Amino acid sequence: MKSQIPDETKTCDVYCNGKFIGTHEKPKELIEELKKLRSQNIISPEVCIAYDKKGKVHIVSDAGRLLRPLIKIKNGQPMLTEEHLEKIKKGEMTWAEIVSRGLIEYMDAAEEENTLVALNETELTNQHTHMEINPFVIFGICANVVPFLNHNMATRVTLGANMSKQGIGMYCSNYGIRADTQRHLLTYAQKPIVKTKGLDMVNYDKRPSGQNFVVAVIAHGGYNMQDALVINKASLERGLGRSVFFRSYKAEERKYPGGQVDLIEVPDKEVRGYRSEECYRYLGDDGIIEPESIVGEDDILIGKTSPPRFLEVIEEFGMSVKHRRESSVNVRTGEGGIIEKVLLSESLDGDKLVKVKMRDPRIPTVGDKFASRHGQKGVIGFIVPQEDAPFTESGIVPDLMLNPHAIPSRMTVGQLLETIGGKVGAMSGRMIDGTAFSGEPEADMRKELEAHGFKSNGKEVIYDGITGERLEAEIFIGVVYYQKLKHMVVDKIRARSRGPVQILTRQPTAGKAREGGLRLGEMEKDCLVGHGAALLLKERLLDESDKTTVPICTQCGLVAVYDKFRDYSYCTICGENVDITFVEMSYAFKLLLDEMKSLCIYPKLLLGEKGGL
Amino acid sequence: MTTEVQKMIEEKNADLPLIVIKKLEKKLESGKLKKKDLGKVMDRVMDVYEKAKIEPGEGVGVLAAQSIGEPGTQMMMRTKHYAGTAMDVTKGLPRLIEIFDARRTPKTPMMTVHLTKEYNTAEKAEALAHSIKETQIRHIAKSLKLDFLKYRIVIDLNKEELKKRGLTPKVLETIIKEKFEKQASLEKDTLIIKAPKKVASVLQKLRGEVLKTHLSGIKGVTYVVIQKEDRNYMVYTQGTNLPDILNVKGIDPKKTKTNDIKEIERVFGIEAARHMLVEETKDTLKDAGLVVDYRHVSLVSDAMCADGAIKAIGRHGISGSKASVLARASFEETVKHLLKASAYGEVDGLKGVVENIIVGQVIALGTGVPELIMKTEEKKSKK
Repeated sequence: MKSQIPDETKTCDVYCNGKFIGTHEKPKELIEELKKLRSQNIISPEVCIAYDKKGKVHIVSDAGRLLRPLIKIKNGQPMLTEEHLEKIKKGEMTWAEIVSRGLIEYMDAAEEENTLVALNETELTNQHTHMEINPFVIFGICANVVPFLNHNMATRVTLGANMSKQGIGMYCSNYGIRADTQRHLLTYAQKPIVKTKGLDMVNYDKRPSGQNFVVAVIAHGGYNMQDALVINKASLERGLGRSVFFRSYKAEERKYPGGQVDLIEVPDKEVRGYRSEECYRYLGDDGIIEPESIVGEDDILIGKTSPPRFLEVIEEFGMSVKHRRESSVNVRTGEGGIIEKVLLSESLDGDKLVKVKMRDPRIPTVGDKFASRHGQKGVIGFIVPQEDAPFTESGIVPDLMLNPHAIPSRMTVGQLLETIGGKVGAMSGRMIDGTAFSGEPEADMRKELEAHGFKSNGKEVIYDGITGERLEAEIFIGVVYYQKLKHMVVDKIRARSRGPVQILTRQPTAGKAREGGLRLGEMEKDCLVGHGAALLLKERLLDESDKTTVPICTQCGLVAVYDKFRDYSYCTICGENVDITFVEMSYAFKLLLDEMKSLCIYPKLLLGEKGGL
Repeated sequence: MTTEVQKMIEEKNADLPLIVIKKLEKKLESGKLKKKDLGKVMDRVMDVYEKAKIEPGEGVGVLAAQSIGEPGTQMMMRTKHYAGTAMDVTKGLPRLIEIFDARRTPKTPMMTVHLTKEYNTAEKAEALAHSIKETQIRHIAKSLKLDFLKYRIVIDLNKEELKKRGLTPKVLETIIKEKFEKQASLEKDTLIIKAPKKVASVLQKLRGEVLKTHLSGIKGVTYVVIQKEDRNYMVYTQGTNLPDILNVKGIDPKKTKTNDIKEIERVFGIEAARHMLVEETKDTLKDAGLVVDYRHVSLVSDAMCADGAIKAIGRHGISGSKASVLARASFEETVKHLLKASAYGEVDGLKGVVENIIVGQVIALGTGVPELIMKTEEKKSKK
């Protein structure tokens, strides 16, 4: 309210979209007049008029501002009345009409500074200028995914909202004919039992991204320590958390200047860079893989050859030999699956275009990531056979066992309410409303739970799955909506002993796609130094990295030449009659010497004996 | 006079630090330790002392760096203030960086003034604190006018402020006359200072000079706070001036200190500065609730003070003055160091850790050391 427009008249500057357009003697009247015109739909409702702290009037109609609708308040009474709502229900009035009549106003960040917004009707006073349509709209789409979010700590809601973006679900209904480069799809997606009004608005029921798990808050043999999850094997076999990964590969018959073209075909053995015959075994006569073949890493999907990179080489007898290059498309390293679909088409340039879609069904394994909607994430630590899992009096075996330590410090009370809500919903066969600030009251849910013969606190008597003995403690158990997140071990697992190296430094490559190693960085090096592990350090940094043996001229101290064919070495500077010693060093150091030489620095190596290490 | 302990030490050829020897002597004197047990205790002490020693080839530098650096990452930006005052002192990570960077002046220079026994009362401490606080003309001026017609500065004095700061117009007059000689005159409550030349720019310059004229107190001390700690009154000052405060009667020159380590070096010398480095680092870490062993801090301080002047940790200090070209080049300003080394024909003996890692040799630390031990035996055989 600090920047309320002052009554006294003082000449002020007026800006339109940040551009100075003139001055006005009575800013208050100007603003009131403009807003009046806006409420009459003479000025677009998307134009905002704001009075800033420096006493300037801003009229803004820029594109790309965030606007949000608020109910206008006049004399402490909302201008949108029950009457209007009745009319809307009957279909006599539309949203556009309400907006154009100024009952609801769109606010941007600047104009919002001049308003006092009430959360609900009970809060209304004469000072209020606007009211929220519903309190939950103060949260965005993602935050409204979280049920009972007003019972959670703010950081947990943020976490939950962010993780819901990584959940695998039914992202569209035409996934069968799409050729997304990479996509996950949850096979048996369910709509959440506990939902929010915000979810209804984005049609979450039609595009869900999770399943309702029966969750018991119980430790299980240490396998759910530190946020790990224990999952019931029978549940997985029934299809819980099962997803499919799709990846599409594509190849194009490019045309090159000079009339040369790429060819999609089964490459000839003469082709440069021909891989082993085995790789091409799935290709049909057209050079494209057949659907439903099971492929593994490095298998060829689309056989393709390209024209030679340089001009044709004229051989001895004046014959020009075609050396076409192999440029087939193969399955990425570490991936595999079944060919779902082959798509033949034409590119924008009119070239032949082939897309191959691969499917990889994935059953949850140890290490896959799951999360509830309350920022409670975890990876599977153990998959229990159903016969070993704990069960309730009625024989219910939980799908998922969550460690109790996950709850107190994080204070996700919303998840506990969802557990009870999910249980109630499952028993009564109805959906539970968990909208922020207006969800179903806890007391009501507890009563309903009691009516179904459960304890009102959601706890149940549990029997140990292995011994069959009754557990001393009663266990909190209910239904929670869990999401399978897109981070899965099969995509991340990686190992290397030997492998590709960089050309420049001869050090191992980095990254999974390049079959790279893991870097022993600066701080890790410091640790080895701190432990005095000198030999281990040398092994990591030299022997297992870029070790080379370089001939060094003892006279000039520079790198000499070793002629392998004649098995003799000489120095390009000092000639042949000098001592040349072979020195073991890191290739990066040799590179450093070369770079110093290019700086006109003479890096002379003085050689001496050093103990045999 | 040799004591029992010293005799025993000679007998056993023990190598113990002075502090341990003194402790043993005290125990012996007090009777808690009996003479007949001294031999046994001595053996045990020697044993423990030997175990506490660092092994040859241990990477103490890396250990110190990690032991200070790792807790440093947990340091919060939380600052503790002197209760209920406007005094702002740099604490936490910024202060730690300041110490190790060996800045010429700290961000918030501060002195901790201890008082002698006679002055350890509330009234006397307050009087002393007031007398320390610097007064300049700008503090006692009610208004200041530049008279461009007569080329002079006219200052209205604030009598109350003058009284508060323990100044009389007479004292004021003498100070001013000393500084500005005949150009200055005091008439009732107005101070008039004439410009030496009748030029406008000279008058403008004079204005600043006049306002900053030192009248009383200690130069540089802008603010004082008195606090009672245990039974002692302490005066904390904002701004530091060690040479001047040492001349003030009533302060304890043995305890009074400043957080400006370079000033300590100037006034007391490098040994005191090294001690302050340790103390300041320890205090900063302690304030943040971190536990770092004293030996790590002392090693770093020793490294900083090793060649007689405080050297920063970093490009302009220790790292920039390493003996090895490769070690210097691998840190910062690679090309500069390489070019300089080539111009002077430097030779890198590959004695340090970094150089050997670059070249691809076993470093001379930990398991890389044994070779060195073999060589000492070689020397013996030559004898």
